[in-house]
Amino acid sequence: MALNKRHPAALFAVLAVALGTTGVAYAAVSNQTAPKATVQSQTQVEQGKQLFLEGCSSCHGLAAQGGSDGPSLIGVGAAAVDFQVGTGRMPLAAPGVQAMPSMPSYNEEETAALAAFIATLGVGPAIPTQEMLDTSDAELALGGELFRTNCAQCHGAAGTGGALSQGRIAPNLMDSNAKYLYEAMVSGPQSMPLFSDQTLTEQDKKDIIAYVEELQKNVSPGGATLGRLGPVTEGLFLFIAGLGVLIVAAVWIGAKSK
Amino acid sequence: MNELEHPTGDPYGAKDGKDLVSGITVFPMEAHVPRKADIDPKAARRAERQVAAMFTTSSLMIILFIVAFVAIPNTTIITVPVIGTVNANHLATGFAFGMAILLIGIGAIHWAKKLMPDVEVIQERHSLTSRDEERQAVAASFARGKAESGFGDRKIIRRSLLGALALFPVPLIVLLRDLGPLPGTRLRETIWDKGIHLVTDATYRKIKASDVPLGGLINAVPENLLEIEHEEGTLNQRGKASIIVIRMDPAEIISQQGEAWDYQGILAFSKICTHLGCPTSLYQQRTHHLLCPCHQSTFDLSDSGNVVFGPSARRMPQLAITVDSEGYLIAQSGFDQPVGPSFWERG
Repeated sequence: MALNKRHPAALFAVLAVALGTTGVAYAAVSNQTAPKATVQSQTQVEQGKQLFLEGCSSCHGLAAQGGSDGPSLIGVGAAAVDFQVGTGRMPLAAPGVQAMPSMPSYNEEETAALAAFIATLGVGPAIPTQEMLDTSDAELALGGELFRTNCAQCHGAAGTGGALSQGRIAPNLMDSNAKYLYEAMVSGPQSMPLFSDQTLTEQDKKDIIAYVEELQKNVSPGGATLGRLGPVTEGLFLFIAGLGVLIVAAVWIGAKSK
Repeated sequence: MNELEHPTGDPYGAKDGKDLVSGITVFPMEAHVPRKADIDPKAARRAERQVAAMFTTSSLMIILFIVAFVAIPNTTIITVPVIGTVNANHLATGFAFGMAILLIGIGAIHWAKKLMPDVEVIQERHSLTSRDEERQAVAASFARGKAESGFGDRKIIRRSLLGALALFPVPLIVLLRDLGPLPGTRLRETIWDKGIHLVTDATYRKIKASDVPLGGLINAVPENLLEIEHEEGTLNQRGKASIIVIRMDPAEIISQQGEAWDYQGILAFSKICTHLGCPTSLYQQRTHHLLCPCHQSTFDLSDSGNVVFGPSARRMPQLAITVDSEGYLIAQSGFDQPVGPSFWERG
């Protein structure tokens, strides 16, 4: 066999090894500079790093430093990862203006590992504890006021979501849960601004979550909600359906009997 | 006058469009086609039964209404295809009552269309002018009244009466004064002023600059809003003074409305749309665009709040901010321009 005749896969093998080594090395270097957010089990962080390199690094960069295809994940915290991956928004199915929720690609254990790994890269909001999500002592009326002040402009007074500019949307909150609501507020996914615990305290967030849960429990005694968007859809429906019925009735009344 | 009073006695004799009196053809008319119920007694009886059935069903619907109202608890929620979840009591009573009145209406129209006469007739009309002798009598009566009242001879009465009548509308004009006072500077000024603390809306906490995260949004109001009594117009002041506070990387700020009006990338803008005054806080932290939900005016907050889309004619007013000695956000001064929609005298 000639010495210069290599196996066709050899080039790829070398590339893969080189890329992998660089990535791990880079990540390790960057790890040393980043403060540890929380003490995580080392094996979980290792597993998360492996999953990150396989599934996320092509857009977010090998050291999660970000790139043209995805933002930097340094300092976004575990809450952001748990929200984006747990709701199936990430990994992104296709590039676009908005990541939509779908079936999660990672199971709970893998999501926790990814979150643990990202949390080691920089100080960021952590996944809320059960105690932070316990709304039994929440003040519903204040929650409603805070919701209308801070959330309703995009998500709608009934929390059913709404349109933003250039194809972006504020999602419907009716299928969300306390943990993801909390994580979205502290991490500010996509177009959403951040509402930090300093300006919107843990108790404020509890109140808001309790109010959204109350909205979720709301049945509709009046029948079809038409998206709970208010007078525009209801008016349009009446205009089209109501006028249609009236025109049919007028034609019937005016027609000559045979 | 209607056709039944006509001496020829044939009220339905106008088939050819002839005037009943003169016999002159006034307009062409299609030949009358009798309906099934006119010629077939069976069809007529069937139509009669149909109308009666509708009226009877209407009566049953009223009974159903009463039964449903009493029997169905008004807390029962059921799911109906297409309509979705709905209160069973409301659905049943609404359906029954609606059908009751609908069936009366449909029955009446069916009755009129199938069984009542549908022949074409001509109705005569006469001149609306009164007869000459009546007109002369009225004119004579008026002339006699004028002479007997002495309106023409007694000049002092006539003139004082005309004067009184001329002054009578004056109070109505004086009342217009209550449309004022004119707004003065109220449309141009807000309660923001130098050194006023920014506080969070609804919870009224001072905002520490270090607590505002990158990409964060805070809906804020001036601290002195709390000092205003409700009777003096808290809502009016809130409507003008509401702001949003955002933070972006200082390197991302392309331009501002004034030199160093931000504090380390923290910017404050009016929340009131310059188009028609809707509260505008649909802030998209990635693009730094602020969208108004009413007519989709979009402002670029990284570039002086300039309008990038929509009907708004003016950029979003920026509030110059800084921090006090403890690091809490305060206003450098009030707004340098009127906030909210344009008004006539703004120029």
